Amino acid sequence: MVADTTKPVSLPGTEAARPAPGSAPSRIRRAGRALRPGPAPGANGAALYRRWWQPWLWAAPAIVCAAVFGVFPFLNTLLLSFTDAKPLGGAASFVGWSNYTRMLDDPDFWLATRNSLLYALIVVPLMVLLPLLLAVLVEKQLPGIGFFRSAFYTPVLASSVVVGLSWQWLLADEGLINTSLEKAHLIEDAIPFLSDSWLILFSAMGLTLWKGLGWYMIFYLAALGNVPKELHEAAAMDGAGAVRRFWHITVPGVRQAMMLVGTLTGIGSLRVFTEIYMLGSPTGGPGGADRTLPFYIRDVGLDPLTGNAGYGSAVSVALFLLTLGLTLLAQRLTKEDES
Amino acid sequence: MTTAVPKSRRPMPRRLMPRWRDYGRPRELVLRYLLLLFVLGITVGPLLWQFLASLKGTGEDVFGENASLLPHDPTLRAYREVFEQVPVATYIWNSLFVVVLSVTSQLLFSTTAGYMLSKPAWKGRRAVWVLLAASMMFPFESIMVSLFLSIRDLGLVDSLVGVWLPGFVGAINVLLMRGAFLAVPREIEDSAMIDGAGEWQRFRHLYLPSAWGAILVVVINTFIAAWDDFLWPLIVLRSEANMTLTLGLSRLQSSSFGYDQRVVMAGSVISIVPVLVLFFITQRWFYKGVSAGAVKL
Repeated sequence: MVADTTKPVSLPGTEAARPAPGSAPSRIRRAGRALRPGPAPGANGAALYRRWWQPWLWAAPAIVCAAVFGVFPFLNTLLLSFTDAKPLGGAASFVGWSNYTRMLDDPDFWLATRNSLLYALIVVPLMVLLPLLLAVLVEKQLPGIGFFRSAFYTPVLASSVVVGLSWQWLLADEGLINTSLEKAHLIEDAIPFLSDSWLILFSAMGLTLWKGLGWYMIFYLAALGNVPKELHEAAAMDGAGAVRRFWHITVPGVRQAMMLVGTLTGIGSLRVFTEIYMLGSPTGGPGGADRTLPFYIRDVGLDPLTGNAGYGSAVSVALFLLTLGLTLLAQRLTKEDES
Repeated sequence: MTTAVPKSRRPMPRRLMPRWRDYGRPRELVLRYLLLLFVLGITVGPLLWQFLASLKGTGEDVFGENASLLPHDPTLRAYREVFEQVPVATYIWNSLFVVVLSVTSQLLFSTTAGYMLSKPAWKGRRAVWVLLAASMMFPFESIMVSLFLSIRDLGLVDSLVGVWLPGFVGAINVLLMRGAFLAVPREIEDSAMIDGAGEWQRFRHLYLPSAWGAILVVVINTFIAAWDDFLWPLIVLRSEANMTLTLGLSRLQSSSFGYDQRVVMAGSVISIVPVLVLFFITQRWFYKGVSAGAVKL
């Protein structure tokens, strides 16, 4: 039996001649199988490793991570939601459905749910449309367009915390926006962007949009490449204006990408945390009025002193079900759209 | 002889060079650039304003009635101050620690697992596939309570290892690497095997070099995710000495009094710079990472 040697491998494309399709590769493959110590031909043509554990060894870290920090936490969340476990340890006991009944009677939970759903409802349509418009704007090869594309992408790179700090100073009562408006005599008193609970929520949505624009612009640019240029030219010949061409050629052409962006941003909206934390202070707005579901989970489930991991898990299950529902809805819509 | 000049060096014939009027009607062109500049102001404006404010001295207002956009007398005072007032050096060190750990483990383990998943059937491959796909189904926010309890049971609360551990290899990156490895032609591997190359050698000398585009995507995405992450470090870390940069900066909010805005801005700029540098070095691959993100669904 030929053992593994330490002979260096001939690198691809250099001297290794590519066998022509047909009988040659199969002969080589057979020769290779006879020589190599690794996979041997199994039944039904599947190659099995002679040492069965070898593939498992290679994939072990990924398997462990997915199992221990992916699937297990979810199952554990389901289990925990029926207990009164504390975030810092100690004995936990089984409490049945009481976490769920408490949740359904909890006005703060419904407020957080409303905030999260409202977030999705407002952010999704804007995030589907605005980056598409931006992509159309930067699609044409013009001098300096590379600079603009990169510049539009920079907000994506900054962390939400940094961006939040920057927006905080922009939106403060003596901030750039309020003072500019006051100088222009458009407003008398400062707009309370950072103290009114509705304005905080809308400002946070603005921040999410601003930060996501560049990301989805690149996303759409790839999709726009697949829209046939001839269609635009033909429509222009027929006298269709830019707006009509956008709605009747561009939009149908990138429909699938729009569906995907809608799904991704919908799921993303349900995960919003940092924007609210930075603009609405660590309490999540005045009296916690702007808390989203992740924010609420952290507050009720992970607070070292008053937290109840059991109750937090019940809210987590609700968040998961919402996400799942949204994903299934998007899938259904996509399917209907295709047929 | 005049032909001594290689063809490509010859200046482009004038008529082949694009002229402004080739780009469209002048009115449309002006409108396009105006729109571009407008969006530029919206997207980069706040960040640029932040940078300019960080260069102002104490005598200049950052905002209010008398504030100007450009600093009259640019100074690096705020950058010196931020290191003195806040333990920014410690924050940066902590962030780098998590970033280096994450990038190393993601790179190592997503390539090995992706490699094996790209190989023809071995028993259990399907099961691994299902497990990885399942692990991507759950949003982090819906499992973070349970994750925190696990980290607590491992005794890793308030440690940087605890910040790194739950994401030491991402299923999305494994699938990305698998896709890249599938593109390597079988024939090349066969000839490498005839040359007597073992599994590890084929992986190391054949597969890794041909997938470097995907590898860069993994590195970039991991770097940014770890450097910018906020919620998980906020949950795990407690003491000032262990805080990452985003966490430390978040405490400089306007609600906590006593901080000089110029200093806060300087801290923000420090946090953006590494990512910007990485971006401009690897720009081409960056955009690919975005389309690779579409695999996520």
